[in-house]
Amino acid sequence: MVLATIFESGVGIEFYMLLATALFVIGVFGVLYRKNAIILLMCIELMLNAVNLLLVAFSTYFGKADGQLFVFFIMVVAAAEATVGLSILVLVFRNARSVDIRLFNKLKD
Amino acid sequence: MSTELIIATVLGGLTIGSSLMVVLSHHPVRSVLYLIVTFFLITANYVLMNAQFIAIVNIIVYAGAIMVLFLFVLMLLNLSKENEPRSSLFMKIAAALAGGALFLVLFSVLKDAVFTEYVAVPGAESMGLVKNLGHLLFTKYVLPFEVSSILFIAAMVGAVLLAKRDKQIIE
Repeated sequence: MVLATIFESGVGIEFYMLLATALFVIGVFGVLYRKNAIILLMCIELMLNAVNLLLVAFSTYFGKADGQLFVFFIMVVAAAEATVGLSILVLVFRNARSVDIRLFNKLKD
Repeated sequence: MSTELIIATVLGGLTIGSSLMVVLSHHPVRSVLYLIVTFFLITANYVLMNAQFIAIVNIIVYAGAIMVLFLFVLMLLNLSKENEPRSSLFMKIAAALAGGALFLVLFSVLKDAVFTEYVAVPGAESMGLVKNLGHLLFTKYVLPFEVSSILFIAAMVGAVLLAKRDKQIIE
């Protein structure tokens, strides 16, 4: 028997909602937990991926391809964000010899 | 329990485990490698959901381009376990509490969501292929597609401008 999609085989949309929620919360937890600015950027990528996973799941569930194109656009934005964010970090490291996120507290003074 | 359900559960558990290791491992390079594993597992989830084009693009863009960029910057900055910035115990407990509270709220909201019974639309197997998505991209979403190219130009110019050394420093 050939299944059209995974959702015919008893895997509910609730499963992917739970998985995406868990991934997103792990990303938020990482942003609060770590102080290394590069790992903070990686946790942001993790959160974007959680949203991508949920968009693909709903796109397949409702049989509309629009959600997958939104995932495509999110990937474009994520690539641009990683490029600019990492070049700012390289600049900060060149001046302060550290990637501690608490360095940005100096912007207040 | 069907085979598909077992595969989906194992994949989901592995995805959550490796993404937790991204946050919890102390060495930055190890974190990046676990993030690459996470991206590959998410790609496997996409394949399971019949999103073939997105799966390939995920490998090329995320695991290929973005993670190589992260690894490259990490090697360039020469970070090690010793000069890794540590957060205080209070911050760690607060982060765990805040993350747990966010998960509880999101989960309790989402668990009551009601969905209509799944009905397979005709052509659901070929929905995620390049032919279908490319047609949609160049008809309905052609304006966002063009705008995203402007975003890329802006990001490229910004990255080059930021990473360039000042002339006076060189002289």
